[in-house]
Amino acid sequence: MNGNIHSIETFGTVDGPGIRYVIFTQGCLLRCQFCHNADTWEIGTGKEMSVENIMQDITSYLPFIEASGGGITVSGGEPLLQLPFLIELFKACKQKDIHTAIDSSGGCYSTSQTFQDQLQEVIKYTDLVLLDLKHINRQKHIKLTGMANDHIIQFARFLSDHQVPVWIRHVLVPTVTDDDKDLHELGEFIGTLKNVKKVEILPYHKLGVYKWEALGLEYPLKHINPPSDEEVEKAYQILTKEVIFMK
Amino acid sequence: MEQWNDFRNGVWQREVNVRDFIITNFTEYLGDDSFLEGPTDATKTLWNQVMDLSKQERENGGVLDMDTDVVSSITSHGPGYLNKELEKVVGVQTDKPFKRSFQPYGGIRMALQACETYGYTPNKELEKIFTDYRKTHNQGVFDAYTDEMKLARKTGIITGLPDAYGRGRIIGDYRRVALYGIDFLIAEKKRDFSNTSNVMSEYTIRLREELSEQIRALQEIKQLGEIYGFDISKPASNATEAFQWLYIAYLAAIKEQNGAAMSLGRTSTFLDIYIERDLKNGTLTEKDAQELVDHFVMKLRLVKFARTPDYNDLFSGDPTWVTESIGGMSLDGRSLVTKSSFRFLYTLENLGPAPEPNLTVLWSKKLPEGFKLFCAKMSIQSSAIQYENDDIMLPYYGDDYGIACCVSAMRIGKQMQFFGARANLAKTLLYAINGGVDEKLKIQAAPKFAPITDEYLEYDTVLERLEQMMEWLAGLYINTLNVIHYMHDKYSYERSEMALHDTEIVRTMAAGIAGLSVAVDSLSAIKFAKVKVFRDENGVAIDFETEGDFPKYGNNDDRVDSIAVMLVHKFMNMLRKHPTYRNSIHTQSILTITSNVVYGKKTGNTPDGRRAGEPFAPGANPMHGRDTKGALASLSSVAKISYEDSLDGISNTFSIVPKALGKDEESRNRNLVSILDGYVMKKGHHLNINVFNRETLLDAMEHPENYPQLTIRVSGYAVNFIKLTKEQQLDVINRTFHESLSDIGPQPTENYEVSPTH
Repeated sequence: MNGNIHSIETFGTVDGPGIRYVIFTQGCLLRCQFCHNADTWEIGTGKEMSVENIMQDITSYLPFIEASGGGITVSGGEPLLQLPFLIELFKACKQKDIHTAIDSSGGCYSTSQTFQDQLQEVIKYTDLVLLDLKHINRQKHIKLTGMANDHIIQFARFLSDHQVPVWIRHVLVPTVTDDDKDLHELGEFIGTLKNVKKVEILPYHKLGVYKWEALGLEYPLKHINPPSDEEVEKAYQILTKEVIFMK
Repeated sequence: MEQWNDFRNGVWQREVNVRDFIITNFTEYLGDDSFLEGPTDATKTLWNQVMDLSKQERENGGVLDMDTDVVSSITSHGPGYLNKELEKVVGVQTDKPFKRSFQPYGGIRMALQACETYGYTPNKELEKIFTDYRKTHNQGVFDAYTDEMKLARKTGIITGLPDAYGRGRIIGDYRRVALYGIDFLIAEKKRDFSNTSNVMSEYTIRLREELSEQIRALQEIKQLGEIYGFDISKPASNATEAFQWLYIAYLAAIKEQNGAAMSLGRTSTFLDIYIERDLKNGTLTEKDAQELVDHFVMKLRLVKFARTPDYNDLFSGDPTWVTESIGGMSLDGRSLVTKSSFRFLYTLENLGPAPEPNLTVLWSKKLPEGFKLFCAKMSIQSSAIQYENDDIMLPYYGDDYGIACCVSAMRIGKQMQFFGARANLAKTLLYAINGGVDEKLKIQAAPKFAPITDEYLEYDTVLERLEQMMEWLAGLYINTLNVIHYMHDKYSYERSEMALHDTEIVRTMAAGIAGLSVAVDSLSAIKFAKVKVFRDENGVAIDFETEGDFPKYGNNDDRVDSIAVMLVHKFMNMLRKHPTYRNSIHTQSILTITSNVVYGKKTGNTPDGRRAGEPFAPGANPMHGRDTKGALASLSSVAKISYEDSLDGISNTFSIVPKALGKDEESRNRNLVSILDGYVMKKGHHLNINVFNRETLLDAMEHPENYPQLTIRVSGYAVNFIKLTKEQQLDVINRTFHESLSDIGPQPTENYEVSPTH
């Protein structure tokens, strides 16, 4: 079983607990204006890598990973676009008792039978989902990502219903995703979920801008600066005010 | 003896056996760092004084004062102080701090040159004495060197040899003076002296002469105590005395020898036993204990030697390698971590970061969690700590070994090494291609083997020729070292340090490799890509062009990493074929210190694409910018080199930006602990940890005055960044800083370079 892989980072320290072996898959449906991985958008390109190859590679890093309580994180791109690959990979990981995480925006969630079947299968082997909630307001979500957020909300509910632990992540972009009312609304939604282990505010940064330039794209948020520590803290308070964290 | 009251009884009372004393008496500490105390007013006053003197020294061109009249010996100088009223531990190398002593026994020319470089004129009489009447080590060596040895030195196929300076890398067991007092030690040595064979073989004659020297040195150490008002003939009776006695013994060593590395050993847990006793009987508080440690460490930071520009090129930044080994496990399964292990590391907070003493944590997966996290915290804060794998060293050296210099493990008081610098493997590869003609000097420097004349290099041919050339080099190298150490023993014997060893000891002959990653990547290029050779009018290969890509060492790729493992293994076995002086045991290290820059300068273009003159990677590091698969891949490659093939150490320097370690302080500490745990589990040997941003270093180059204490780890030691030459600073800045952040997604692989012309 092969996956379309953009790249691999052997020493991820921010995408899940401990030291993570991070696989960036190739391909995404969203076109987020703040995307720092615009080079992973295109579907069907990237490097083909087999589950076997990846398992061989990750095995040599297990001493580091295990010592840290870490594991594997599949990020992207959108990992859920390659569910059959993800199922095989996580199955293999579980055989070696490796902690598994998916970093997803849920952007390709669908109610089709095939998708549902595969998703049901993959969550059997998934210890954690890092779920990006970009925006709670439908209109603003469309403007920001090019797609509506209905299916993303559904995905969050699906995970809650199936008791898959999640870390909710929200990228805080001043003037775009930091409106008080929106944040409160998002906080209320998060409060309805029964599977939240952690909420992370990711302060918007410009480190991925060069990739837009390299792809010949105009970067839409050029004029926006990262939020202050206070703004980040305030947003965190709002988003977590109704959360009952999963044990 | 009354000084031993309250200590648990053991064999140590009947024979010199410091290890037994420690094992029967130490108190393992399993807690965290919350008990630690900040600096006292006295500590702050003294440290300000040191910082002020450091500033003056810097403004004065690197040296503040030099002795030009007195030859340094154990008792040559009267007492000297920073501030006698405030210092809890006293003693400096001359009559005042920051004044460098005159030490001619390694070589009079080096001693003179060291003075003259900094504008001092040595007493003419001294020059005459050490030229006309008293031969030095340096002259002895050159009396015996062959032409081939001199040529190897000139071309730089072997460089950094201790043939004109003190060899160092010998650790006296300075603890013995505190535990037993000098008289006990003299009695033991006298007994050994009377028990030697009566058949006067060369062995026995040398032994008797050395024992006589050792006994004389012990008497002089006692006098040195008296100069400072202490009677060290008897054991230390409390913690303050234990620190002082131990330091006097160490001071004797550095007054007598300016060895390249004058390491301290493994003292913190030993001293902790005295502190614990005093804390229990109420004569010492935690504040006092930390003050003692701070003042002791301050003394170790003041160690200075007069050195020449050539020397500084090799070992940049005025290092002294006062290496102190901390932590590790005992054979009975307890960790040797005590509260004083914490206190020693905490000097990096109380006095701020500094390169010396060279704080070395003997890391085991089994160390207590609280200590591990504290190490990580201090490392991230100071970039001043190095780590060595106790789990792989303990089976070889037991639980009372220490590190000399950077990575050389030895049983304290039971083992010494003959330091052998290093041979240039990258240049050896060029010799193999060119039939022994030096690519820089264009002379026949090695035996005239047939050169390779193919347009494109063929791996099997190159490897075969390389092995022939390495065989030649190994023989020349060991023989050269034999000459050097014969003469060092004869003309610059470390009598006070050896007096603090057992009479029967293990000796190793420590060879070394430089340019490993260059040689490895070159061979990989030849094997996996196409390497075309460009030759000059005499047929000497002067440049290479590589077509296609090839795997590079440092990316956890077995295709190339296996070449590194093979080269190290082969060279070790080649060295073993040649008999050594005093039947010492062959070892080697993969360590360059800062000589990677000098080696690079002396080596032409190499098939890996490195240009002539460019620095090698330090130690066993991958070439900078070529380890593109992230931190763990880089570490995994280096960890593959077998410690068994390189028992004198495998040095790896690891630099990472703080953000890449984790989001917050807690996860950074934890992740660093995991890196270290993982590295020792993978059997990696040594790791320097640097945590900072490149921008900090660039700013420090521009505004050195703002960074008086900025400390970074280079190959096997730490250095005050602003004391490095511009060239060395750039070399450090251009190295790989692991900064891949999955936070910002997949990273492009780029080779960061700051060009020296900026």
